[in-house]
Amino acid sequence: MRSFAYHQPNAIPEAVSLLAEQPESRPLAGGMTLIPTLKQRLAAPAALVDLAGLPDIKGCSNGNAVVTIGAMTTHAEVASSPLVKSQIPALAALASVIGDPAVRDRGTIGGSVANNDPAADYPAGVLGLGATIVTSAREIAAENFFFGLFETALKPNEIITAIRFPVPLSAGYAKFKAPASRYAVVGVFVAKTATGVRVAVTGAGSGVFRVPQMERALAEAFDPTAIAAIKIDAEGLTSDIHADAGYRAHLVTVMAKRAVATALGAA
Amino acid sequence: MGNVIGIGASPRRKEDQRFLTGRGNYVSDIKRPGMAAGVFLRSPHAHALIRGIDKQAALEMPGVIAVLTGEDVAADGLGSLPCGWGITDARGVPMKEPPFPMLAQGKVRFVGDMVAFVIAETVEDASTAAELVKVDYEVLPSVVGVLDAVRPGAPKLFDDVPNNICCDWELGDKAAVDTAFRKAAHVARLSLVNNRLIGNPMEPRAAIAEYNPGTGQHTLWTTSQFPHVVRFLMSALVLKLPEHKVRVVAPDVGGGFGVKQFHYGEEAVITWAAKRVMRPVKWVASRSECYVSDRHGRDHVTEAELALDEKGKFLALRVKTLANMGGYLSTFGPNIPTNLYGPLLSGVYTTPAIYCNVKVVFTNTVPVDAYRGAGRPEATFVLERIVDVAASDMGIDRVELRRRNMIPKEAYPYQTPVLVQYDSGDPIGCLDGALAAADVKWFGTRKAASARSGKFRGLGFSTYVEACGLAPSRFAGRLGARGGLYESATVRVHPAGQVTVLIGTHNHGQGHETTFAQIVSEKLGVAFENVDIVFGDTDRVQFGMGTYGSRSLVVGGAALSKAADKVIVKGKKIAAHLLEASEADIHFEAGKFSVAGTDRAKTLGEIAVAAYVPHNYPLEVLEPGLEEQAYYDPVNFTYPGGCHIAEVEIDPETGAVTLVDYTAVDDVGTVINPMIVEGQLHGGIVQGVGQALYENAVYDESSGQLMSGSLMDYCMPRADHLPMMKVATHSTLCTHTPMGVKGCGEVGTIGSPAAVINAVVDALAHLGVTHVDMPATPNRIWRLIQNASLPIAAE
Amino acid sequence: MQISFTLNAKPVTLDVEPATLVTELLREHLNLTGTHIGCDTSQCGACVVHLDGLAVKSCTLLAPALQGKSLVTIEGLQGAPGSNQLHPMQEAFRQHHGLQCGFCTPGMVMSAIALAHAKAALTEAEVRRGLEGNICRCTGYQNIVLAVMAGTAAMHGAGSGE
Repeated sequence: MRSFAYHQPNAIPEAVSLLAEQPESRPLAGGMTLIPTLKQRLAAPAALVDLAGLPDIKGCSNGNAVVTIGAMTTHAEVASSPLVKSQIPALAALASVIGDPAVRDRGTIGGSVANNDPAADYPAGVLGLGATIVTSAREIAAENFFFGLFETALKPNEIITAIRFPVPLSAGYAKFKAPASRYAVVGVFVAKTATGVRVAVTGAGSGVFRVPQMERALAEAFDPTAIAAIKIDAEGLTSDIHADAGYRAHLVTVMAKRAVATALGAA
Repeated sequence: MGNVIGIGASPRRKEDQRFLTGRGNYVSDIKRPGMAAGVFLRSPHAHALIRGIDKQAALEMPGVIAVLTGEDVAADGLGSLPCGWGITDARGVPMKEPPFPMLAQGKVRFVGDMVAFVIAETVEDASTAAELVKVDYEVLPSVVGVLDAVRPGAPKLFDDVPNNICCDWELGDKAAVDTAFRKAAHVARLSLVNNRLIGNPMEPRAAIAEYNPGTGQHTLWTTSQFPHVVRFLMSALVLKLPEHKVRVVAPDVGGGFGVKQFHYGEEAVITWAAKRVMRPVKWVASRSECYVSDRHGRDHVTEAELALDEKGKFLALRVKTLANMGGYLSTFGPNIPTNLYGPLLSGVYTTPAIYCNVKVVFTNTVPVDAYRGAGRPEATFVLERIVDVAASDMGIDRVELRRRNMIPKEAYPYQTPVLVQYDSGDPIGCLDGALAAADVKWFGTRKAASARSGKFRGLGFSTYVEACGLAPSRFAGRLGARGGLYESATVRVHPAGQVTVLIGTHNHGQGHETTFAQIVSEKLGVAFENVDIVFGDTDRVQFGMGTYGSRSLVVGGAALSKAADKVIVKGKKIAAHLLEASEADIHFEAGKFSVAGTDRAKTLGEIAVAAYVPHNYPLEVLEPGLEEQAYYDPVNFTYPGGCHIAEVEIDPETGAVTLVDYTAVDDVGTVINPMIVEGQLHGGIVQGVGQALYENAVYDESSGQLMSGSLMDYCMPRADHLPMMKVATHSTLCTHTPMGVKGCGEVGTIGSPAAVINAVVDALAHLGVTHVDMPATPNRIWRLIQNASLPIAAE
Repeated sequence: MQISFTLNAKPVTLDVEPATLVTELLREHLNLTGTHIGCDTSQCGACVVHLDGLAVKSCTLLAPALQGKSLVTIEGLQGAPGSNQLHPMQEAFRQHHGLQCGFCTPGMVMSAIALAHAKAALTEAEVRRGLEGNICRCTGYQNIVLAVMAGTAAMHGAGSGE
């Protein structure tokens, strides 16, 4: 690992100005992706701005049928939060299948969402629930946040402070886990809300995406059988040594059915 | 005063206290005064000419001490890394044996091939400097798969190796096999791939070297399974150093599985470099570096045919295999897919004629060598898969077909048509034991229950024989071994009666500190806690061939047993003197030398005192001291065997295979410590399950890049992939080892891949599936189901 | 930069480069080599330690993160305060032959203790899932799983020393 300057600001504006001052600096949240990247010398930032000292961006709260999760809340905290478990159990379940226990003890929701790994779990939950990403500068709807393969709407000196999840009527997440990396080969988050059904898919392509055809079918009848016959086009989906695009396309339907079944069970 | 704990007991392990408290002593834990850091610059290309190396920028960087390349190696007149086996083809023509330079000279032949060694004050500096070394490569077309490598016009790794074939090896009576096939009522045929594996011991390889100009002594600490062999090969053949000036230490080693039983270029380079820079130098591989430098395993493409008569009796077996050697010949490389493969094709069956042809092939991949089981899992996989294919073809029950062809217990010793003679065994006993333990009777009920929840359930059987306890030197020499394969042990009884054993095997997880102490405790009647086992240091241990091929107990334990016998023989002479009796009347039992028919006796402790304080001692005829050494060269291999039964459940929607039950009944001969044997079986089985379901080293065919180059992409079995296994032993005693032992280190890995895949095929048999290549990943299984001739039954 | 934290129940203040991993700090600077490095992608778990009681991978943790926290490594486990006895989880690994080469063992034991702290009685499936971030190549996990279940029972039956 190459050397870097280290800052641990105590306030969000300070963090933002530190990032702005040094164009080669990077914010550090849980570090579960950034630190391995540094170790393997794949990145060499001049400075790290550690967000661990920022007040008020950790923890789960609710109000107005919205669950707000601070950006520095760990996956383990989300998975075990009584609030999340009661309001959006599918989100707690999603957090409980990220990585492994030691990763869940350090990894954060803000870090995961900002990183936007194409096989990460949270982007499916954020898009599937129609969440709002709250940053140091603004609020961004999930639709406008994820730009595919590690790209997001975040500006270089903008940090996520919280994510606001509208509480759905019911929701489910089903993940087909890569046995080695524990990332999603395909993960599907399905949410039934007052305004309709949302289906968000991670792992299958270069970034999280929705499946309008399934959303329409589920709006008609919220049941696994409603989407069983829907085939996803493999064109443009990921093929790698673990799974070919055709298989991933098939898994989207299977996982979507299972997510719906979970949502019905949990409703 | 502790107790004797002998053969058959399960004391908790002596080695555990240090490992459980973080006090192990692995190579990466060691620091030497003034130590510098070394980093290897490795080829990013699968095949390329090196037109030049510019090390100027690296050398100018502060903190950099040296940058060494193949030119420096050549200028110092150093040798190439040796291959320990020289095999020949059917006409007696020796294998092609191109040099394997410790740093590439003019050409690189795989991604990971070593190009330079950079030494600096810190790892960070050395890594940065390595990035500044400019290598001018001319990239050449590469070839990674054996089928492609032997095609006309394929890229050639070596100018003087046509078609990349190192050796076209064969075994068996081809004419007899051809005749048998002409008479056969049925011929079963099978094409299969034995997937390439990466051993992945949890401790990455590491080395530290130091040179003392005052004494001319080199010391190498290395993560090795056989420090004496490293010393011999490195000093005599590579660095050309006097062997008495080289000390090799392999302290605690975090798993080996074969991966650490080779003499690696890194060991030679760092030893040589430490003298050049007059500083101790340390190198610790990262896991990513291990993936492109640890020797890989398996990687066969095979066509097999089994001839049967109308009753299902096996008449002959014909096997043709292409075996991948990678870019160079590693220490045991060519021996693995030949001598450790062909002779195992007889299995537990009475097949009268067997012919095996193996083309050993170079490719632009990491050199391939032994990995747990080494040749024997590959042979077992071929045999046990084709038996299932034959059973299915002929409509004979799989278990019944095996039973009809098994060697009956009474037929031992049994001479196979492929060189080896089994001394003992009871395959039918193991089979019956496994059938009962696996509750096969009720499988149909379980299958129906799975079907009710939409799952396919399958049951798979595998029997096996392993030739282990490597090896009878004379026999191995005829097969091409260039060294001996005996083992040595010294039993040192201290004046106060405690015992230190110095042994040439190496303990890296097998529990030798415990099991060998049990042997001594029982033989000499010494308290278990008063016996310590020393290994892994060429300056402390006389000599040894190390630990691999399930040989430690079989060969090393035999040497230990013989050395202990010699202590008793000498003790009797001393006792006869002290007790004023005839030596012939001295009887030794439970730590006491007594005069037959009297109550006059001396303890081993009293004998030791007399030997070291020889005031009343027959000095005229007997040397003082009580320390004996023995070398043991086995008279035959040992032949553990057994029957494994796997049960799987497949989710047809996703193709995911779940191993739901596993049963193994193994004949490992005498069991010294049942707890440790069970642990060895568990671990071995899971490595085989890994091959069957998860593990795969994949190269990109066009670029020659390793695609599965990290733990993110190479799937190691995890706790949540596995069920509880049922393991038991059904032992017959080996007739030629001192304690009747056969060895157990590799048996699990040998039986399990075929058992698991046979279960997967069984689960899919209703779809017309007759074979599944490893690993049986969800994607592969789902495709098979999609392509199957029959639609999925809607249940 | 200067950091202060508690290491195995003793206060420590050190000057460190920020670009220092906790594995490196422990192994190279503090000579605590029981915490191992088995990979470079945060998969293997040989480096697991406890940070304020949570199991974390010290190979994926920068030294500055230790500021003001309590770090416990395998060397800091005790059967009873001030004793040389094994911690009940270590003892369970020994009794159940839950280790072979010993390399994954420190991380495995630290993960196991964290699991046991989270739940008083663990099922086989919970243990297997709880160890998904710890890879062992030797044991096939069976005896590790048995050890963790027994160690958990022992920890909750008698007081633990950590």
